[in-house]
Amino acid sequence: MYVAVKGGERAIANAHKLLAHERRGDESVPELTVPQIEGQLALAVARVMAEGSLYDRELAALAIKQAWGDLIEAIFLVRAYRTTLPRFGASEPLDTARMEIRRRISATFKDLPGGQILGPTFDYTHRLLEEPAAPLPPEQAPRETDREPTPRVTDILAGEALIEPSPEADPSDRPGDITRDPLTFPASRDVRLQNLSRADEGFLLALGYSTQRGYGRNHPFAGEIRLGEVEVEFFAEELGFAVPLGAITVTECQTVNQFKGSDTEPPQFTRGYGLAFGHSERKAMSMALVDRALRAGELGEEARAPAQDEEFVLSHSDNVQATGFVEHLKLPHYVDFQSELGLLRQIRASFEGGADASKDGAE
Amino acid sequence: MSAASYNFAYLDEQSKRMIRRAILKAIAIPGYQVPFASREMPMPYGWGTGGIQVTAAILGPDDVLKVIDQGSDDTTNAVSIRAFFAKVADVKTTTATADATVIQTRHRVPETPLSDRQILVYQVPIPEPLRFLEPRETETRRLHALADYGLMHVKLYEDIAHHGHIATAYAYPVMVAGRYLMDPSPVPKFDNPKIGGCAALQLFGAGREKRIYAIPPYTRVVSLDFADYPFERYRQQGTCALCGADDTFLDEVVTDDKGGRMFICSDSDYCEKRRETASAKERPHD
Repeated sequence: MYVAVKGGERAIANAHKLLAHERRGDESVPELTVPQIEGQLALAVARVMAEGSLYDRELAALAIKQAWGDLIEAIFLVRAYRTTLPRFGASEPLDTARMEIRRRISATFKDLPGGQILGPTFDYTHRLLEEPAAPLPPEQAPRETDREPTPRVTDILAGEALIEPSPEADPSDRPGDITRDPLTFPASRDVRLQNLSRADEGFLLALGYSTQRGYGRNHPFAGEIRLGEVEVEFFAEELGFAVPLGAITVTECQTVNQFKGSDTEPPQFTRGYGLAFGHSERKAMSMALVDRALRAGELGEEARAPAQDEEFVLSHSDNVQATGFVEHLKLPHYVDFQSELGLLRQIRASFEGGADASKDGAE
Repeated sequence: MSAASYNFAYLDEQSKRMIRRAILKAIAIPGYQVPFASREMPMPYGWGTGGIQVTAAILGPDDVLKVIDQGSDDTTNAVSIRAFFAKVADVKTTTATADATVIQTRHRVPETPLSDRQILVYQVPIPEPLRFLEPRETETRRLHALADYGLMHVKLYEDIAHHGHIATAYAYPVMVAGRYLMDPSPVPKFDNPKIGGCAALQLFGAGREKRIYAIPPYTRVVSLDFADYPFERYRQQGTCALCGADDTFLDEVVTDDKGGRMFICSDSDYCEKRRETASAKERPHD
């Protein structure tokens, strides 16, 4: 008979032992190494870095291994580590126009300066299962070097003023940070974008998808998606100029969206913006759709759909928060439940008594 | 893991029969969206899974397949789908519109007029023309049943009130055989006049939304408009920089970041044929 009165400590220790044992799997099969995960499950690593808000491939790979392949658990591990890190300051804004491009596509122009570069992608593969062991290692695909400059599509359209300009950065205005300050509403766009960049990919995907199906439609075109390495620079006070810290891989998506114009603005294209660490294309695209949807108020559009509701989106986008609260239902709730039980019994008793009474009255 | 094997044209015969039944029903009720049990395909939803299923269901070993995307045979997704059928159905493929028996398309109707020996298969993202006016399927099906298309007319009227003209450039709604309002898929409205009275059978497949609809040959298809604001075909002011055509739908190509632009035919086969004919004419004079 199971009576959960005492013995919690031993139960927990045993559960953790069991977890470690099962996580290892069949011991006749070699154990996964962190470099294997980092190198061969690179998209999982990218997702953990993006949603964990920490650019470190090795730690992300380690987290995936420790999390038994559960990516939200891995994101959680990374976040829990990130929060312990000291902060030196904020980097200079990334200049994605100067990206070392590995992939760059535009769905709006057949050809454009810098060209279309498919790069490493599942697009146009046929999803047919392959035999697990390829007989030969895949050939090294040719990689272009010495490429022409690649201006962003939004800059090309900006030349004709067909698209709203990029908002000018105000150097005195420090970007918000939801890891240091609580989220308040209405949120500014920098805070919204930070929230979306850390947000659960599946949640953003579903919201972005809902806008395409009529719940807050915003007529998007994938103006441009680019993947590659950008340099991170940090302004060093003591030196008086910005010094490079290194390069990181990012995926950027800019959507070009219709805008009918308003009383003060002429009709022009508007944009949605997505940026995520690593090779995270689905995430960057979904983010751009949701960013644009959340701008409904600012652009004077009627906001009725879930994706346009800032408070709804930003409050539910974080999967570490969400999984924590959903799964906390597993925690003991004996006391609250006991109170509910007592209340329900009381109500039912009076209902039955009342029903009897009314029956009596009717007769 | 056992080596997977696949049937002719990928889908199993039962699935194909199910799709063919949906196609026959669609042909019998022009413009009506027939629900069908769309299968998971080895390409992602939104990349033409509806069109691919329709093509898989109608393709025979003797067919000659052409696949275009944005009018062109060499766009990546067209190349991919053509390669897919060449592999799983071993059919002959072509880029010549006139030589094809089945043409799968995304976003364009070929410039070359089609014949009654051809079938045009459209890839459809959102089959419901009323979707962006009414997101709920239960409601839009009721509106179709009652042929209640007031919503769309009001939308077009509001466009005129705001902009002075109808502000729909592609996926321009049409009435099919005087009964069903239909979305011609996101083809530019330039292509709408080619859809009505077309000699070829036109089939529309929407995989994610699980709908098939059809326009039988020589069916009356009318683009919605008003007596005082008639439907207007739109094409860019310009001629093709390659073949000089002044009556085709053009793609804009950005040549530099200083505003440089050129236009070329979106229908790559049509453009190529025109250039071949032109150079054949010139040659005798050399």
